[in-house]
Amino acid sequence: MPVAAVVGASAVAARESPGAVIAVASGKGGTGKTTVAAGMAIVTGRALLLDCDVEEPNAHLFLRPKITQTEAVTIPVPEIDRERCNLCGRCAEGCQFHAIALIGQQVLVFPELCHGCGTCALACPEDAIREVPRQVGVVECGSAGKIAFVHGRLNVGEPMATPVIRAVKSHLDSRRLTIIDAAPGTACPVVAAVKGSDFCLLVTEPTPFGLSDLRLAVEVMEKLGVPCGVVINRSGDGDEATEGFCRSKELPLLGRIPFDRRVAEAYAHGIHPVYALPEFGRQLEEILDRTLDCARGVKP
Amino acid sequence: MKELVVISGKGGTGKTTLLASFAALAGRSVLADCDVDAPDLYLLAHPEIQSQEEFRAGNVAAINRERCTRCGRCLEVCRFEAITSDFAVEPLDCEGCGACRVVCPAEAVELRERVAGDWFRGQTKYGPMVYAQLRPAEENSGKLVVLVRKEACALTERDGINLILTDGPPGIGCPVIASLGNADLALVVTEPTPSGLHDLERALALCRHFRVPAMVCVNKFDLNPGLDKQVREFCARTRIAVTESIPFDESVPKAISQGVPLVEFNHGPARRAIEAVWEEVRGNVLREEQSKGP
Repeated sequence: MPVAAVVGASAVAARESPGAVIAVASGKGGTGKTTVAAGMAIVTGRALLLDCDVEEPNAHLFLRPKITQTEAVTIPVPEIDRERCNLCGRCAEGCQFHAIALIGQQVLVFPELCHGCGTCALACPEDAIREVPRQVGVVECGSAGKIAFVHGRLNVGEPMATPVIRAVKSHLDSRRLTIIDAAPGTACPVVAAVKGSDFCLLVTEPTPFGLSDLRLAVEVMEKLGVPCGVVINRSGDGDEATEGFCRSKELPLLGRIPFDRRVAEAYAHGIHPVYALPEFGRQLEEILDRTLDCARGVKP
Repeated sequence: MKELVVISGKGGTGKTTLLASFAALAGRSVLADCDVDAPDLYLLAHPEIQSQEEFRAGNVAAINRERCTRCGRCLEVCRFEAITSDFAVEPLDCEGCGACRVVCPAEAVELRERVAGDWFRGQTKYGPMVYAQLRPAEENSGKLVVLVRKEACALTERDGINLILTDGPPGIGCPVIASLGNADLALVVTEPTPSGLHDLERALALCRHFRVPAMVCVNKFDLNPGLDKQVREFCARTRIAVTESIPFDESVPKAISQGVPLVEFNHGPARRAIEAVWEEVRGNVLREEQSKGP
Protein backbone atom coordinates (compact mmCIF):
# COMPACT_ATOMS: atom_id res chain seq x y z
CA MET A 1 0.00 0.00 0.00
CA PRO A 2 1.45 3.43 -0.85
CA VAL A 3 2.37 5.61 2.09
CA ALA A 4 -0.13 8.26 0.97
CA ALA A 5 -3.07 5.89 1.46
CA VAL A 6 -2.98 6.12 5.24
CA VAL A 7 -2.33 9.84 5.50
CA GLY A 8 -5.06 11.44 7.59
CA ALA A 9 -5.92 14.74 9.15
CA SER A 10 -2.84 14.94 11.34
CA ALA A 11 -0.69 14.89 8.23
CA VAL A 12 -2.15 18.20 7.20
CA ALA A 13 -1.63 19.66 10.67
CA ALA A 14 1.95 18.42 10.84
CA ARG A 15 2.72 19.73 7.40
CA GLU A 16 1.49 23.21 8.06
CA SER A 17 3.05 23.81 11.40
CA PRO A 18 6.66 24.51 12.27
CA GLY A 19 9.11 21.74 13.04
CA ALA A 20 9.47 19.76 16.21
CA VAL A 21 11.89 17.08 17.31
CA ILE A 22 10.13 14.11 18.90
CA ALA A 23 12.19 11.27 20.33
CA VAL A 24 10.70 7.83 20.93
CA ALA A 25 12.43 5.88 23.70
CA SER A 26 11.89 3.24 26.39
CA GLY A 27 13.87 1.70 29.19
CA LYS A 28 12.83 -1.81 28.24
CA GLY A 29 13.52 -3.21 24.80
CA GLY A 30 10.81 -4.57 22.53
CA THR A 31 8.01 -2.37 23.81
CA GLY A 32 7.25 -0.99 20.35
CA LYS A 33 9.46 2.08 19.91
CA THR A 34 10.18 1.40 16.26
CA THR A 35 6.57 0.50 15.50
CA VAL A 36 5.45 3.82 17.01
CA ALA A 37 8.26 5.93 15.52
CA ALA A 38 7.96 4.49 12.00
CA GLY A 39 4.16 4.49 12.27
CA MET A 40 4.07 8.19 13.18
CA ALA A 41 6.33 8.97 10.23
CA ILE A 42 4.01 6.98 7.95
CA VAL A 43 0.82 8.68 9.14
CA THR A 44 2.30 12.15 8.62
CA GLY A 45 3.36 11.13 5.14
CA ARG A 46 6.30 13.51 5.37
CA ALA A 47 8.62 13.64 8.31
CA LEU A 48 12.29 13.14 8.90
CA LEU A 49 12.95 9.84 10.65
CA LEU A 50 16.30 9.39 12.37
CA ASP A 51 16.87 5.81 13.50
CA CYS A 52 19.37 6.26 16.34
CA ASP A 53 19.31 2.63 17.50
CA VAL A 54 22.61 2.08 15.75
CA GLU A 55 23.31 -1.24 17.46
CA GLU A 56 20.18 -2.80 16.04
CA PRO A 57 18.54 -0.42 13.56
CA ASN A 58 15.14 -1.71 12.43
CA ALA A 59 13.06 1.20 11.12
CA HIS A 60 14.28 0.61 7.56
CA LEU A 61 12.66 -2.83 7.61
CA PHE A 62 9.24 -1.14 7.69
CA LEU A 63 9.91 1.96 5.62
CA ARG A 64 12.10 0.27 3.01
CA PRO A 65 13.75 3.56 2.11
CA LYS A 66 15.78 4.06 -1.02
CA ILE A 67 19.28 4.81 0.27
CA THR A 68 20.94 7.53 -1.74
CA GLN A 69 23.93 8.43 0.37
CA THR A 70 26.30 6.50 2.63
CA GLU A 71 28.84 8.10 4.93
CA ALA A 72 31.56 6.41 6.96
CA VAL A 73 31.58 7.29 10.65
CA THR A 74 35.09 7.56 12.00
CA ILE A 75 36.75 8.54 15.21
CA PRO A 76 40.29 9.92 15.34
CA VAL A 77 42.71 7.46 16.96
CA PRO A 78 46.40 8.00 17.73
CA GLU A 79 49.23 6.82 15.57
CA ILE A 80 52.70 6.98 17.10
CA ASP A 81 55.67 8.33 15.17
CA ARG A 82 58.35 6.00 16.53
CA GLU A 83 61.18 8.25 15.39
CA ARG A 84 59.88 11.15 17.43
CA CYS A 85 58.57 9.20 20.42
CA ASN A 86 60.96 9.28 23.38
CA LEU A 87 58.92 6.81 25.46
CA CYS A 88 58.15 9.39 28.14
CA GLY A 89 54.73 7.80 28.77
CA ARG A 90 52.74 11.04 29.10
CA CYS A 91 50.23 9.81 26.52
CA ALA A 92 49.47 6.69 28.57
CA GLU A 93 49.21 8.74 31.77
CA GLY A 94 46.86 11.20 30.11
CA CYS A 95 44.56 8.61 28.54
CA GLN A 96 41.64 7.92 30.87
CA PHE A 97 40.41 4.97 28.82
CA HIS A 98 43.49 2.72 28.89
CA ALA A 99 43.61 2.95 25.11
CA ILE A 100 47.32 3.67 25.03
CA ALA A 101 50.03 2.01 27.10
CA LEU A 102 53.79 2.15 27.46
CA ILE A 103 55.00 -1.42 27.65
CA GLY A 104 58.75 -1.89 27.75
CA GLN A 105 60.24 0.01 24.84
CA GLN A 106 56.95 0.34 22.99
CA VAL A 107 53.85 2.48 23.02
CA LEU A 108 50.83 0.34 22.22
CA VAL A 109 47.47 1.66 21.05
CA PHE A 110 44.19 -0.22 21.66
CA PRO A 111 41.93 1.45 19.11
CA GLU A 112 38.65 -0.11 20.26
CA LEU A 113 39.06 1.50 23.69
CA CYS A 114 39.84 4.94 22.23
CA HIS A 115 37.18 7.64 22.62
CA GLY A 116 38.88 9.89 20.09
CA CYS A 117 39.33 12.69 22.61
CA GLY A 118 42.84 13.69 21.50
CA THR A 119 44.22 13.92 25.04
CA CYS A 120 47.26 11.77 24.16
CA ALA A 121 48.26 14.08 21.33
CA LEU A 122 47.85 17.11 23.59
CA ALA A 123 49.91 15.46 26.31
CA CYS A 124 52.78 14.46 24.00
CA PRO A 125 55.74 16.86 24.41
CA GLU A 126 57.48 15.53 21.27
CA ASP A 127 54.61 16.00 18.84
CA ALA A 128 54.93 12.29 18.08
CA ILE A 129 51.19 11.53 17.91
CA ARG A 130 49.20 11.97 14.77
CA GLU A 131 45.50 11.20 14.75
CA VAL A 132 44.14 9.02 11.98
CA PRO A 133 40.47 8.22 11.27
CA ARG A 134 39.20 4.77 12.20
CA GLN A 135 35.82 3.66 10.94
CA VAL A 136 33.33 2.49 13.59
CA GLY A 137 30.13 2.48 11.55
CA VAL A 138 28.16 4.01 8.73
CA VAL A 139 25.29 6.45 8.28
CA GLU A 140 22.86 5.91 5.43
CA CYS A 141 20.45 8.54 4.14
CA GLY A 142 17.55 8.14 1.79
CA SER A 143 13.81 8.48 1.50
CA ALA A 144 10.58 6.52 1.43
CA GLY A 145 8.09 8.59 -0.53
CA LYS A 146 8.18 12.00 1.13
CA ILE A 147 9.57 10.62 4.38
CA ALA A 148 13.25 11.49 4.70
CA PHE A 149 15.20 8.75 6.37
CA VAL A 150 18.58 8.51 8.10
CA HIS A 151 19.96 5.64 10.11
CA GLY A 152 23.30 4.52 11.50
CA ARG A 153 24.87 1.13 11.83
CA LEU A 154 27.57 0.38 14.38
CA ASN A 155 30.17 -2.09 13.12
CA VAL A 156 29.85 -5.48 14.84
CA GLY A 157 32.42 -5.77 17.62
CA GLU A 158 32.64 -2.00 18.23
CA PRO A 159 31.66 -1.11 21.78
CA MET A 160 30.86 2.59 21.44
CA ALA A 161 27.62 3.61 19.78
CA THR A 162 27.65 7.33 20.59
CA PRO A 163 29.87 8.54 17.70
CA VAL A 164 27.50 6.86 15.22
CA ILE A 165 24.44 8.30 16.99
CA ARG A 166 25.96 11.79 16.86
CA ALA A 167 26.62 11.31 13.15
CA VAL A 168 22.97 10.36 12.57
CA LYS A 169 21.84 13.38 14.54
CA SER A 170 24.00 15.72 12.52
CA HIS A 171 21.24 15.31 9.89
CA LEU A 172 18.65 16.76 12.25
CA ASP A 173 16.57 19.50 10.68
CA SER A 174 14.65 21.47 13.28
CA ARG A 175 12.46 23.09 10.61
CA ARG A 176 10.79 19.77 9.91
CA LEU A 177 8.90 17.34 12.00
CA THR A 178 11.71 15.03 13.07
CA ILE A 179 11.11 11.67 14.74
CA ILE A 180 14.01 10.01 16.53
CA ASP A 181 13.93 6.27 17.22
CA ALA A 182 16.24 5.66 20.20
CA ALA A 183 17.92 2.50 21.49
CA PRO A 184 16.47 0.85 24.61
CA GLY A 185 18.07 1.43 27.99
CA THR A 186 19.05 4.34 30.20
CA ALA A 187 22.73 4.84 29.40
CA CYS A 188 24.80 6.95 27.02
CA PRO A 189 23.20 5.75 23.74
CA VAL A 190 19.79 6.95 24.95
CA VAL A 191 21.25 10.23 26.18
CA ALA A 192 22.97 10.82 22.83
CA ALA A 193 19.77 10.04 20.90
CA VAL A 194 17.28 12.02 22.98
CA LYS A 195 19.33 15.05 24.04
CA GLY A 196 18.08 18.27 22.54
CA SER A 197 14.67 16.89 21.54
CA ASP A 198 11.59 18.98 22.17
CA PHE A 199 9.72 16.05 23.61
CA CYS A 200 10.19 12.36 24.28
CA LEU A 201 7.51 9.74 23.90
CA LEU A 202 8.17 6.81 26.24
CA VAL A 203 6.65 3.57 25.02
CA THR A 204 5.95 1.03 27.74
CA GLU A 205 4.01 -2.17 28.29
CA PRO A 206 1.69 -2.88 31.23
CA THR A 207 3.88 -5.39 33.08
CA PRO A 208 6.13 -4.95 36.11
CA PHE A 209 9.11 -5.06 33.67
CA GLY A 210 7.63 -2.27 31.62
CA LEU A 211 6.86 -0.15 34.66
CA SER A 212 10.24 -0.68 36.32
CA ASP A 213 12.03 0.36 33.14
CA LEU A 214 9.65 3.26 32.54
CA ARG A 215 10.53 4.71 35.94
CA LEU A 216 14.21 4.60 35.00
CA ALA A 217 13.59 6.15 31.59
CA VAL A 218 11.66 9.00 33.23
CA GLU A 219 14.64 9.67 35.49
CA VAL A 220 16.87 9.93 32.43
CA MET A 221 14.47 12.44 30.85
CA GLU A 222 14.39 14.47 34.05
CA LYS A 223 18.18 14.59 34.01
CA LEU A 224 18.19 15.63 30.36
CA GLY A 225 15.49 18.22 30.92
CA VAL A 226 13.42 16.77 28.07
CA PRO A 227 9.66 16.78 28.76
CA CYS A 228 8.03 13.41 28.18
CA GLY A 229 4.78 11.54 27.89
CA VAL A 230 3.79 7.89 27.93
CA VAL A 231 2.21 5.47 25.49
CA ILE A 232 1.05 2.10 26.81
CA ASN A 233 1.51 -0.53 24.14
CA ARG A 234 -0.21 -3.93 24.32
CA SER A 235 -2.59 -2.23 26.71
CA GLY A 236 -5.15 -4.34 28.54
CA ASP A 237 -4.93 -5.96 31.95
CA GLY A 238 -2.55 -4.22 34.27
CA ASP A 239 -2.63 -0.67 32.93
CA GLU A 240 -3.61 0.68 36.35
CA ALA A 241 -0.11 0.57 37.82
CA THR A 242 1.31 2.50 34.85
CA GLU A 243 -1.56 5.00 35.00
CA GLY A 244 -0.94 5.51 38.71
CA PHE A 245 2.74 6.13 38.08
CA CYS A 246 1.95 8.68 35.35
CA ARG A 247 -0.42 10.52 37.68
CA SER A 248 2.13 10.61 40.48
CA LYS A 249 4.75 12.03 38.12
CA GLU A 250 2.26 14.30 36.34
CA LEU A 251 3.21 12.70 33.05
CA PRO A 252 0.69 12.91 30.22
CA LEU A 253 -0.64 9.53 29.10
CA LEU A 254 -0.73 10.18 25.37
CA GLY A 255 -2.30 6.98 24.21
CA ARG A 256 -2.93 3.31 24.54
CA ILE A 257 -2.45 0.73 21.85
CA PRO A 258 -4.59 -2.26 22.82
CA PHE A 259 -3.10 -5.73 22.70
CA ASP A 260 -4.03 -7.34 19.39
CA ARG A 261 -2.50 -10.51 18.04
CA ARG A 262 -3.10 -9.19 14.50
CA VAL A 263 -0.66 -6.34 15.23
CA ALA A 264 1.99 -8.83 16.31
CA GLU A 265 1.37 -10.97 13.23
CA ALA A 266 1.53 -8.05 10.79
CA TYR A 267 4.78 -6.96 12.40
CA ALA A 268 6.12 -10.51 12.18
CA HIS A 269 5.43 -10.49 8.45
CA GLY A 270 7.29 -7.22 7.99
CA ILE A 271 4.10 -5.26 7.40
CA HIS A 272 3.72 -2.16 9.48
CA PRO A 273 0.49 -2.59 11.49
CA VAL A 274 -0.64 0.79 10.14
CA TYR A 275 -1.17 -0.91 6.80
CA ALA A 276 -2.78 -4.02 8.22
CA LEU A 277 -5.25 -2.44 10.66
CA PRO A 278 -6.83 0.94 9.89
CA GLU A 279 -7.61 1.53 13.57
CA PHE A 280 -3.92 1.23 14.38
CA GLY A 281 -3.18 4.15 12.06
CA ARG A 282 -5.88 6.22 13.71
CA GLN A 283 -4.48 5.45 17.17
CA LEU A 284 -1.06 6.60 16.05
CA GLU A 285 -2.44 9.76 14.51
CA GLU A 286 -4.10 10.65 17.78
CA ILE A 287 -0.92 9.92 19.69
CA LEU A 288 1.06 12.08 17.29
CA ASP A 289 -1.41 14.95 17.53
CA ARG A 290 -1.34 14.87 21.34
CA THR A 291 2.43 14.60 21.31
CA LEU A 292 2.80 17.60 19.03
CA ASP A 293 0.44 19.60 21.24
CA CYS A 294 2.62 18.77 24.23
CA ALA A 295 5.86 19.46 22.36
CA ARG A 296 4.66 22.80 21.08
CA GLY A 297 3.04 23.72 24.34
CA VAL A 298 6.40 23.60 26.05
CA LYS A 299 8.25 25.39 23.27
CA PRO A 300 8.58 29.15 23.50
CA MET B 1 32.40 -23.55 36.55
CA LYS B 2 30.23 -22.88 33.49
CA GLU B 3 28.47 -19.73 32.41
CA LEU B 4 25.43 -19.48 30.16
CA VAL B 5 24.58 -15.98 28.93
CA VAL B 6 21.25 -15.13 27.33
CA ILE B 7 21.38 -12.28 24.81
CA SER B 8 19.16 -11.19 21.94
CA GLY B 9 20.20 -8.23 19.82
CA LYS B 10 16.60 -7.03 19.69
CA GLY B 11 15.00 -6.09 22.98
CA GLY B 12 11.84 -7.68 24.32
CA THR B 13 12.32 -11.11 22.77
CA GLY B 14 12.01 -12.87 26.14
CA LYS B 15 15.54 -13.06 27.60
CA THR B 16 14.50 -12.51 31.20
CA THR B 17 11.44 -14.76 30.99
CA LEU B 18 13.64 -17.57 29.72
CA LEU B 19 16.47 -16.96 32.14
CA ALA B 20 14.21 -16.92 35.21
CA SER B 21 12.64 -20.18 34.06
CA PHE B 22 16.09 -21.69 33.58
CA ALA B 23 16.95 -20.65 37.13
CA ALA B 24 13.86 -22.45 38.41
CA LEU B 25 14.67 -25.56 36.35
CA ALA B 26 18.39 -25.61 37.15
CA GLY B 27 17.85 -26.14 40.85
CA ARG B 28 20.83 -24.24 42.10
CA SER B 29 22.90 -21.70 40.21
CA VAL B 30 24.35 -18.23 40.57
CA LEU B 31 22.20 -15.61 38.83
CA ALA B 32 23.80 -12.55 37.24
CA ASP B 33 21.70 -9.75 35.76
CA CYS B 34 23.95 -7.94 33.28
CA ASP B 35 21.22 -5.70 31.87
CA VAL B 36 22.48 -2.94 34.13
CA ASP B 37 20.51 -0.26 32.26
CA ALA B 38 17.15 -1.84 32.91
CA PRO B 39 17.54 -4.85 35.23
CA ASP B 40 14.35 -6.85 35.54
CA LEU B 41 15.39 -10.31 36.68
CA TYR B 42 14.93 -9.28 40.31
CA LEU B 43 11.21 -8.89 39.61
CA LEU B 44 10.98 -12.66 39.02
CA ALA B 45 13.76 -13.96 41.27
CA HIS B 46 13.00 -11.74 44.30
CA PRO B 47 16.47 -11.60 45.84
CA GLU B 48 16.78 -10.78 49.49
CA ILE B 49 19.50 -8.11 49.40
CA GLN B 50 22.61 -8.99 51.40
CA SER B 51 24.91 -6.19 50.34
CA GLN B 52 24.74 -3.00 48.32
CA GLU B 53 27.73 -1.02 47.08
CA GLU B 54 28.37 2.01 44.94
CA PHE B 55 30.00 1.53 41.58
CA ARG B 56 32.57 4.19 40.78
CA ALA B 57 33.95 4.52 37.29
CA GLY B 58 35.00 7.19 34.89
CA ASN B 59 35.57 10.85 35.57
CA VAL B 60 33.92 14.15 35.21
CA ALA B 61 35.91 17.36 34.85
CA ALA B 62 35.42 20.16 37.36
CA ILE B 63 36.70 23.69 36.74
CA ASN B 64 37.86 25.69 39.71
CA ARG B 65 36.32 29.11 39.19
CA GLU B 66 38.87 30.92 41.30
CA ARG B 67 41.81 29.60 39.36
CA CYS B 68 40.20 29.76 35.92
CA THR B 69 41.53 32.67 33.84
CA ARG B 70 38.88 32.14 31.15
CA CYS B 71 41.57 31.74 28.49
CA GLY B 72 39.38 29.35 26.52
CA ARG B 73 41.97 26.64 25.80
CA CYS B 74 39.70 23.98 27.31
CA LEU B 75 36.83 25.04 25.06
CA GLU B 76 39.07 24.66 22.03
CA VAL B 77 40.18 21.12 22.79
CA CYS B 78 36.99 19.59 24.19
CA ARG B 79 35.51 17.39 21.46
CA PHE B 80 32.31 16.62 23.35
CA GLU B 81 30.96 20.17 23.71
CA ALA B 82 30.95 19.60 27.44
CA ILE B 83 32.24 23.02 28.50
CA THR B 84 29.88 25.97 28.35
CA SER B 85 30.94 29.45 27.23
CA ASP B 86 30.71 30.29 30.91
CA PHE B 87 33.39 27.68 31.74
CA ALA B 88 31.08 25.28 33.48
CA VAL B 89 31.19 21.54 32.77
CA GLU B 90 28.04 19.83 31.55
CA PRO B 91 28.33 16.42 33.27
CA LEU B 92 26.01 14.68 30.77
CA ASP B 93 28.33 15.55 27.90
CA CYS B 94 31.68 15.21 29.68
CA GLU B 95 33.38 11.91 28.88
CA GLY B 96 36.03 12.53 31.52
CA CYS B 97 38.89 12.36 29.03
CA GLY B 98 40.90 15.11 30.70
CA ALA B 99 41.92 16.94 27.51
CA CYS B 100 40.88 20.17 29.25
CA ARG B 101 43.13 19.36 32.19
CA VAL B 102 46.14 18.77 29.94
CA VAL B 103 45.86 22.16 28.26
CA CYS B 104 44.77 24.33 31.19
CA PRO B 105 47.65 26.74 31.95
CA ALA B 106 46.16 27.68 35.33
CA GLU B 107 45.74 24.14 36.64
CA ALA B 108 42.09 24.90 37.22
CA VAL B 109 40.73 21.55 36.05
CA GLU B 110 40.30 18.57 38.28
CA LEU B 111 39.00 15.14 37.27
CA ARG B 112 36.56 13.69 39.79
CA GLU B 113 35.48 10.09 39.95
CA ARG B 114 31.86 9.45 39.09
CA VAL B 115 29.42 7.30 41.01
CA ALA B 116 27.99 5.57 37.97
CA GLY B 117 25.81 2.94 39.57
CA ASP B 118 25.02 0.60 42.44
CA TRP B 119 25.40 -3.15 42.65
CA PHE B 120 23.80 -5.73 44.88
CA ARG B 121 24.38 -9.21 46.19
CA GLY B 122 21.30 -11.15 47.18
CA GLN B 123 19.89 -14.56 47.90
CA THR B 124 17.07 -16.10 45.91
CA LYS B 125 15.38 -19.46 46.22
CA TYR B 126 17.32 -20.52 43.12
CA GLY B 127 20.72 -19.52 44.49
CA PRO B 128 22.74 -16.36 45.09
CA MET B 129 22.30 -13.42 42.72
CA VAL B 130 24.32 -10.40 41.64
CA TYR B 131 22.72 -7.47 39.89
CA ALA B 132 23.33 -3.80 39.35
CA GLN B 133 21.71 -0.57 38.36
CA LEU B 134 23.47 2.07 36.35
CA ARG B 135 22.52 5.55 37.54
CA PRO B 136 20.29 7.20 34.93
CA ALA B 137 22.12 8.66 31.94
CA GLU B 138 25.52 7.40 33.11
CA GLU B 139 28.29 5.80 31.10
CA ASN B 140 30.50 2.79 31.79
CA SER B 141 27.78 0.16 31.67
CA GLY B 142 30.37 -2.26 30.25
CA LYS B 143 32.59 -1.92 33.32
CA LEU B 144 29.61 -2.45 35.59
CA VAL B 145 28.77 -5.64 33.69
CA VAL B 146 32.35 -6.84 34.15
CA LEU B 147 31.99 -6.22 37.89
CA VAL B 148 28.70 -8.14 38.09
CA ARG B 149 30.22 -11.13 36.30
CA LYS B 150 33.34 -11.07 38.46
CA GLU B 151 31.25 -11.05 41.62
CA ALA B 152 29.03 -13.84 40.27
CA CYS B 153 32.16 -15.88 39.65
CA ALA B 154 33.31 -15.23 43.23
CA LEU B 155 29.95 -16.51 44.51
CA THR B 156 30.34 -19.81 42.64
CA GLU B 157 33.52 -20.38 44.62
CA ARG B 158 32.08 -19.17 47.90
CA ASP B 159 29.04 -21.43 47.65
CA GLY B 160 30.49 -24.30 45.60
CA ILE B 161 28.09 -23.83 42.69
CA ASN B 162 29.21 -24.76 39.19
CA LEU B 163 26.79 -22.80 37.00
CA ILE B 164 26.22 -19.10 36.35
CA LEU B 165 23.07 -18.02 34.52
CA THR B 166 23.59 -14.55 33.07
CA ASP B 167 20.81 -12.32 31.76
CA GLY B 168 22.35 -10.07 29.12
CA PRO B 169 21.27 -6.67 27.78
CA PRO B 170 19.82 -5.99 24.32
CA GLY B 171 21.96 -4.57 21.49
CA ILE B 172 25.49 -5.41 20.42
CA GLY B 173 27.45 -2.56 22.04
CA CYS B 174 29.65 -2.18 25.07
CA PRO B 175 27.51 -3.88 27.78
CA VAL B 176 26.72 -6.83 25.50
CA ILE B 177 30.38 -7.30 24.62
CA ALA B 178 31.16 -7.20 28.34
CA SER B 179 28.44 -9.80 29.05
CA LEU B 180 29.68 -12.15 26.39
CA GLY B 181 33.45 -12.36 26.78
CA ASN B 182 34.63 -15.84 27.87
CA ALA B 183 31.13 -17.18 28.47
CA ASP B 184 30.81 -20.92 27.79
CA LEU B 185 27.63 -20.59 25.79
CA ALA B 186 25.48 -17.74 24.51
CA LEU B 187 21.82 -18.47 23.94
CA VAL B 188 20.57 -15.89 21.45
CA VAL B 189 16.81 -15.42 21.79
CA THR B 190 15.01 -14.08 18.77
CA GLU B 191 11.49 -13.74 17.41
CA PRO B 192 10.21 -14.56 13.92
CA THR B 193 10.02 -10.98 12.71
CA PRO B 194 12.18 -9.14 10.18
CA SER B 195 13.63 -7.10 13.06
CA GLY B 196 14.31 -10.23 15.08
CA LEU B 197 16.10 -11.92 12.18
CA HIS B 198 18.10 -8.79 11.31
CA ASP B 199 19.22 -8.37 14.91
CA LEU B 200 19.91 -12.09 15.35
CA GLU B 201 22.40 -12.00 12.49
CA ARG B 202 24.26 -9.13 14.12
CA ALA B 203 24.20 -10.79 17.57
CA LEU B 204 25.56 -14.03 16.10
CA ALA B 205 28.28 -12.09 14.27
CA LEU B 206 29.22 -10.62 17.64
CA CYS B 207 29.45 -14.11 19.21
CA ARG B 208 31.68 -15.20 16.33
CA HIS B 209 33.82 -12.09 16.70
CA PHE B 210 34.47 -12.90 20.36
CA ARG B 211 34.60 -16.67 19.76
CA VAL B 212 31.75 -17.53 22.10
CA PRO B 213 29.78 -20.67 21.12
CA ALA B 214 26.17 -19.78 20.37
CA MET B 215 22.79 -21.48 20.22
CA VAL B 216 19.61 -19.88 18.94
CA CYS B 217 16.09 -20.02 20.35
CA VAL B 218 13.06 -18.66 18.48
CA ASN B 219 10.40 -17.30 20.82
CA LYS B 220 6.78 -16.66 19.75
CA PHE B 221 7.59 -18.77 16.66
CA ASP B 222 3.98 -19.28 15.58
CA LEU B 223 3.50 -15.56 14.88
CA ASN B 224 5.26 -16.28 11.60
CA PRO B 225 6.18 -19.96 11.13
CA GLY B 226 7.74 -19.10 7.76
CA LEU B 227 10.35 -16.89 9.38
CA ASP B 228 10.94 -19.50 12.08
CA LYS B 229 11.85 -21.86 9.27
CA GLN B 230 14.07 -19.19 7.72
CA VAL B 231 15.94 -18.79 11.03
CA ARG B 232 16.47 -22.55 11.14
CA GLU B 233 17.79 -22.59 7.59
CA PHE B 234 20.08 -19.64 8.27
CA CYS B 235 21.44 -21.35 11.39
CA ALA B 236 21.89 -24.67 9.55
CA ARG B 237 23.96 -22.89 6.90
CA THR B 238 26.12 -21.25 9.54
CA ARG B 239 26.28 -24.44 11.68
CA ILE B 240 24.60 -23.01 14.74
CA ALA B 241 22.34 -25.22 16.83
CA VAL B 242 18.72 -24.14 17.19
CA THR B 243 16.66 -25.23 20.18
CA GLU B 244 13.00 -26.12 20.18
CA SER B 245 10.93 -23.02 19.36
CA ILE B 246 8.63 -21.47 21.93
CA PRO B 247 5.03 -20.65 20.97
CA PHE B 248 3.36 -17.31 21.55
CA ASP B 249 1.60 -17.60 24.89
CA GLU B 250 -0.60 -14.94 26.43
CA SER B 251 0.22 -16.25 29.88
CA VAL B 252 3.77 -14.81 29.63
CA PRO B 253 2.83 -11.23 30.59
CA LYS B 254 0.52 -12.68 33.27
CA ALA B 255 3.39 -14.63 34.81
CA ILE B 256 5.50 -11.47 34.79
CA SER B 257 2.66 -9.58 36.48
CA GLN B 258 2.51 -12.28 39.14
CA GLY B 259 6.28 -12.00 39.53
CA VAL B 260 7.04 -15.67 38.94
CA PRO B 261 9.07 -17.52 36.30
CA LEU B 262 6.76 -18.94 33.62
CA VAL B 263 7.60 -22.54 34.50
CA GLU B 264 6.19 -21.94 37.98
CA PHE B 265 3.09 -20.16 36.68
CA ASN B 266 1.16 -22.71 34.64
CA HIS B 267 1.42 -25.77 32.44
CA GLY B 268 0.82 -23.97 29.14
CA PRO B 269 2.47 -24.56 25.78
CA ALA B 270 5.28 -22.05 26.36
CA ARG B 271 6.24 -23.73 29.62
CA ARG B 272 6.60 -27.13 27.98
CA ALA B 273 8.75 -25.65 25.24
CA ILE B 274 10.96 -23.80 27.73
CA GLU B 275 11.56 -27.06 29.60
CA ALA B 276 12.69 -28.66 26.35
CA VAL B 277 14.93 -25.66 25.57
CA TRP B 278 16.52 -25.92 28.99
CA GLU B 279 17.30 -29.62 28.51
CA GLU B 280 19.04 -28.83 25.22
CA VAL B 281 20.95 -25.86 26.59
CA ARG B 282 21.98 -27.69 29.74
CA GLY B 283 23.11 -30.67 27.66
CA ASN B 284 25.20 -28.34 25.55
CA VAL B 285 26.89 -26.68 28.52
CA LEU B 286 27.57 -30.03 30.21
CA ARG B 287 28.92 -31.54 27.02
CA GLU B 288 31.37 -28.66 26.78
CA GLU B 289 32.42 -29.42 30.33
CA GLN B 290 33.13 -33.07 29.51
CA SER B 291 35.10 -32.27 26.38
CA LYS B 292 37.16 -29.65 28.21
CA GLY B 293 37.64 -31.90 31.25
CA PRO B 294 41.01 -33.04 32.61
